[in-house]
Amino acid sequence: MNSQSQIEQFVSQPYKYGFVTDIETEKIPKGLEEEVVQLISSKKNEPEFLLDFRLKAYRHWLKIKEPNWAELSHPPIDYQDIVYYAAPKQKAKKDSLDEVDPKLLETFDKLGIPLSEQKRLSNVAVDAVFDSVSIATTYKEKLAEHGVVFCSISEAVKEYPELIKLYLGSVVPINDNYFAALNSAVFSDGSFVFIPRGVECPMELSSYFRINSGDTGQFERTLIIAEEGSSVSYLEGCTAPMFDTNTLHAAVVELVALDDASIKYSTVQNWYAGNEDGVGGIYNFVTKRGQCRGARSKISWSQVETGSAITWKYPSCILQGEDSVGEFYSVALTNNYQQADTGTKMIHIGPRTRSTIVSKGISAGHSSNSYRGLVQMGPKAFDAKNYSQCDSMLIGDQAAANTYPYMRSQQPDASIEHEASTCRISEDQLFYLQSRGIDFEEAISMIVSGFCRDVFSQLPMEFAAEADKLLALKLEGSVG
Amino acid sequence: MTCPDAPVLIEICDLHARVDDQPILNGVNLSIRAGEIHALMGRNGSGKSTLSKVLAGHPAYTVTKGSVSYCGQDLLTLQPDQRSRLGVFLGFQYPVEIPGVSNLEFLRVSTNARRIEQGKEELDTFAFEDFVRARLNLVQMDPVFLDRSVNEGFSGGEKKRNEILQMALLEPLVAILDETDSGLDIDALRIVSAGVNQLTNAENAILLITHYQRLLDLIKPDYVHVMAAGRIVRSGDKALALELERNGYEWVDRELDTLEMT
Repeated sequence: MNSQSQIEQFVSQPYKYGFVTDIETEKIPKGLEEEVVQLISSKKNEPEFLLDFRLKAYRHWLKIKEPNWAELSHPPIDYQDIVYYAAPKQKAKKDSLDEVDPKLLETFDKLGIPLSEQKRLSNVAVDAVFDSVSIATTYKEKLAEHGVVFCSISEAVKEYPELIKLYLGSVVPINDNYFAALNSAVFSDGSFVFIPRGVECPMELSSYFRINSGDTGQFERTLIIAEEGSSVSYLEGCTAPMFDTNTLHAAVVELVALDDASIKYSTVQNWYAGNEDGVGGIYNFVTKRGQCRGARSKISWSQVETGSAITWKYPSCILQGEDSVGEFYSVALTNNYQQADTGTKMIHIGPRTRSTIVSKGISAGHSSNSYRGLVQMGPKAFDAKNYSQCDSMLIGDQAAANTYPYMRSQQPDASIEHEASTCRISEDQLFYLQSRGIDFEEAISMIVSGFCRDVFSQLPMEFAAEADKLLALKLEGSVG
Repeated sequence: MTCPDAPVLIEICDLHARVDDQPILNGVNLSIRAGEIHALMGRNGSGKSTLSKVLAGHPAYTVTKGSVSYCGQDLLTLQPDQRSRLGVFLGFQYPVEIPGVSNLEFLRVSTNARRIEQGKEELDTFAFEDFVRARLNLVQMDPVFLDRSVNEGFSGGEKKRNEILQMALLEPLVAILDETDSGLDIDALRIVSAGVNQLTNAENAILLITHYQRLLDLIKPDYVHVMAAGRIVRSGDKALALELERNGYEWVDRELDTLEMT
């Protein structure tokens, strides 16, 4: 018995969300040009200002090049071979769930996200996004009683154009980077959250993104605004069917926290990762950024990244308000030929701002898993503090783990602390647990989830158990 | 507490084992009945620890010859976790640290695995807390160690207490304690020994691996065996341990030479 090869077998498991929903879809033809941007905007009956926003982004995108600095390699993406808008055909707009195609409800049921009133989660409001459109949002009325707005971004454009005008693109400008520019030009749907002054959001908010069409890119856009003294905890989940082609997902998420506000944003990403030979899977190029605009505000990112053929994302915090706090807790698991280049940016601008980074990378198979993080202390970041901890776990001898910390300080008073480590699951750890009656699979799950504990403990309660299960699932398989 | 009619729990016959290409066990024979305490002594490198790991099923060791029968079953075909669930316990000389895994949760999962095998009721988080707290006193362990990660940051003595606590929770039929006395000061040694003594009864048996007589003053063995070059070269009672204490192991070499010649 060779436990190292057993571990390797064990981390290869079938993807459980790989089914396709057979539903009639309205798609526009493949390809991207100015008319396509206009078409998307007109399909959504958007106001003039948004069309302008899109066109500006598109024209900028044309002028720039895809970034190539990440520790990733893939064949060139043909942007003309992608469908930029796909929507399941259904009667106009759904006011109640009864009008939603039962096939869609069934799909989300199957994914473990029941939307119907009898079955839905009791303390979590869900916005369900299918390909390019949001199909339902639960608990809207109950949230409205507290003044909380939780709806699709398309709806927000119509209902709250002033907020959209004020905040959209204010954290991630259209010219921020290649994928953000692309998203700004063609984004189709996503979630919008507004928590008014002084309100503590009464329940967890959650968006679930499902890609169904193989040739369609998903470009969702999420905007969360927490006014003075408010707080919210938000979670997103995502899955996609198994196709042998690569699907592009380029999302933009913007968070704004005003004085004393706090936003907790958690992600459990389980897009299809490709097969064991690295064929197929989602290309996940995502720009996520939060701005702690107000004094004493706080933004906390937690992510559990287990899917996608390629992950390129750096959920970041701009710590502008004095005494504001940024946090980044990440678990990234890669297997087979998956590639992840992920991390964060903590930009300290205001005095006494603080940030914490805890990153746990687990790489198995032939995968490559890189942490890339920037900590920047601006000239006014007096007494600012950062603490970073980056740990990698290697499974097998073909996987790679890299750590790229970048530190820049223009403020001598600021302190930056960085710790890094690399480890393996040792035969002795496994034997110790086994010799206490714990079987091989459970022993590995235990060791891996122990490795990730600092991050899991940051997830909302319901999802911490979920994440633990997901990781165990990813690590499950035929034991030799 | 020997009784000639007590059932044989474990029977080791002509056991040979190697690690990589290095033979370490060269024909071990040993039979242990319920109610017995056996001490296994011998120099470093004589194969004592290897024997304990082979009995527990460590994957690094390959058995090349011989058999081990445990309560009538072929022990060597079982995975380490199956052996544990059936009541074989190895108290580690160097218990491993497992960062991030809560000791309490680990103890609970482990205890339940054994209980399910025994047909006993599984203990939920609350029931288990009571169950484990009732046994902490046995090794005078501070409850704060339950909330830590498995063995992480434990001193040598604390790790050994945690091992004996596990023995108390798993209620094994055969407990192999590999140098449980190493790294313990005299107070800790007393506490750990008292814990082990309380756990012995007419149904179970202990194989005590040690270098020192001082442990055998506290846990009184019924049999003492001396190992050399991967074999048991002499067996006797307590007096044998005292003889070793007085004369050292040199006579073992002479005995070994005689063995080689025959």
